[in-house]
Amino acid sequence: MMLELWYNFTDAVLPFQWLGHEFMKNALLAILLVTPIFGLLGTMIVMNKMAFFSDSLGHGAFTGIAIGSILGLMEPVLAAVVFSIAFALGITFIKNKSRASTDTIIGVFSSVAVALGLVLMSFGGSFNKYSSYLIGDLLSISASEILLLVFVFASVVILWTLIFNKLLLVSVNQSLAGSRGVKTLPVEMIFTSIIAVIVTISIQWVGLLIINSLLVLPAAAAKNITSNVRTYTLFSVMISVFSGVCGLIASYYFNTATGATIVLVSGIIFFVSLAFKSKFD
Amino acid sequence: MNEIKEKQNCENQCSGLCCTRVENFCVNFGNNKILENVNLHIHCGELTAIIGPNGGGKSTLLKAMLGDIKHSGELKFFDAKGKHSGHPVIGYVPQNLHFETGTPTSVLDLFMASNFNTPTWLFTTKRIKRKVKESLSIVKAEHLIDRRLGALSGGELQRVLLALALDPVPDLLLLDEPVSGIDQNGLELFYKTVSELRDNYDLSVIIVSHDLEFVEKYADRAILINGTVLCNGSPKDVFNDKETLKTFGISWFNNRSNQLNVEGGN
Repeated sequence: MMLELWYNFTDAVLPFQWLGHEFMKNALLAILLVTPIFGLLGTMIVMNKMAFFSDSLGHGAFTGIAIGSILGLMEPVLAAVVFSIAFALGITFIKNKSRASTDTIIGVFSSVAVALGLVLMSFGGSFNKYSSYLIGDLLSISASEILLLVFVFASVVILWTLIFNKLLLVSVNQSLAGSRGVKTLPVEMIFTSIIAVIVTISIQWVGLLIINSLLVLPAAAAKNITSNVRTYTLFSVMISVFSGVCGLIASYYFNTATGATIVLVSGIIFFVSLAFKSKFD
Repeated sequence: MNEIKEKQNCENQCSGLCCTRVENFCVNFGNNKILENVNLHIHCGELTAIIGPNGGGKSTLLKAMLGDIKHSGELKFFDAKGKHSGHPVIGYVPQNLHFETGTPTSVLDLFMASNFNTPTWLFTTKRIKRKVKESLSIVKAEHLIDRRLGALSGGELQRVLLALALDPVPDLLLLDEPVSGIDQNGLELFYKTVSELRDNYDLSVIIVSHDLEFVEKYADRAILINGTVLCNGSPKDVFNDKETLKTFGISWFNNRSNQLNVEGGN
């Protein structure tokens, strides 16, 4: 019903050839929902130098999907979301409690998770049916999945409005945040859980190999050319959406993997932004 | 009997003014004892300087008072009527921020994040800007409001953090002086501002200091800490104590005597 509205809208306003197919209309709507979330979450990942951390969350999600499939669930996504949240909370907790190098801890968790995922998926020689999780296929997105995205989009925006100030303070200095009454650990756990959820549900469309680039690149480019948090967020979201739409159109005409094409577009934007960096120092 | 009662009263309260008491603070990292049996009594309107060798537990003591580090012992605050009023409102200026210098966070963003519920990433209002400017004006830093944190000099950043620590006005102000990154003029300005604050507001100030000259010039009290409180009194008394001499070494002592002689000669 809502989708009918969207189809009619695109036919009326965007009568392009590439939008003629229903799967392209679905893909465009999915991109308009998911790329702003990537842009939003990316700002904090880049600011906190957590690129490696968010990468490992992708690996956790991959294992989650494997476990979900082994358990024989119809929709492995639900099991995957539960597992990745547990995985994200686990790393965050250990990272906060342990005095060993964060880098090493994340590295260990990440490699074990991805190895476990591969072992489970290749069990019985059936790896081929999972290979789509490595590359992803955005054009396969279904109507019910788009509905799920609408729900996730709304939840992320609401949560982000509620916890962003606390996250920002923690990112500047933990002791300072503590002295203003911010509980560091719970705030970080909510944040990493949000990333875990969004990474897990998008991995089937974007693929494990490049999902982290979608989180990191738009924010990294925006950081080069902005000097306060509001313009930073705005640019990050805009670059993310722009690369998403451009990447989708380009992948249609060149017949390439959509996720990877999107990453290439945001990569180019990042290098352009580098040229303007000195003006914002 | 009466005498004992009076003495107990004295110990549980403060003479007239408000005060903060640190009681039996101990901090362990694993098997290492960092701080042992630290007892302090800090009056309002006093600038107390904590001095001591590197690794002696100065910054650790501040973080323990903040509740940022696990510790045993209690932090008590008594208001002017001598009533026990629980945990004091603490303003804290950290030694270093350790943020990435390329971060797009501006001074306004930092204030918004800590003092307002308005989501910093979405929008700001004129009212918020005005209030933040008011806070910054206390340390004469209104002009820095739109600057990125990474673009501030060490001294400017220190003043901005001081303004943040004073909003809302705390009972207890904890300052961890940076070891590097601030030139001598910036440091002098910082100490001047802090000692003006002590005179204008009714608050206790504790500063971890690495610069004994400034301690002598501005502090009301000095506390020498190395694992525990070694010496506690007026800066003059503490500097003449043999524990201080042991801690900072004979060369420091000679330097200081020479300086005093030169000043005396003039």
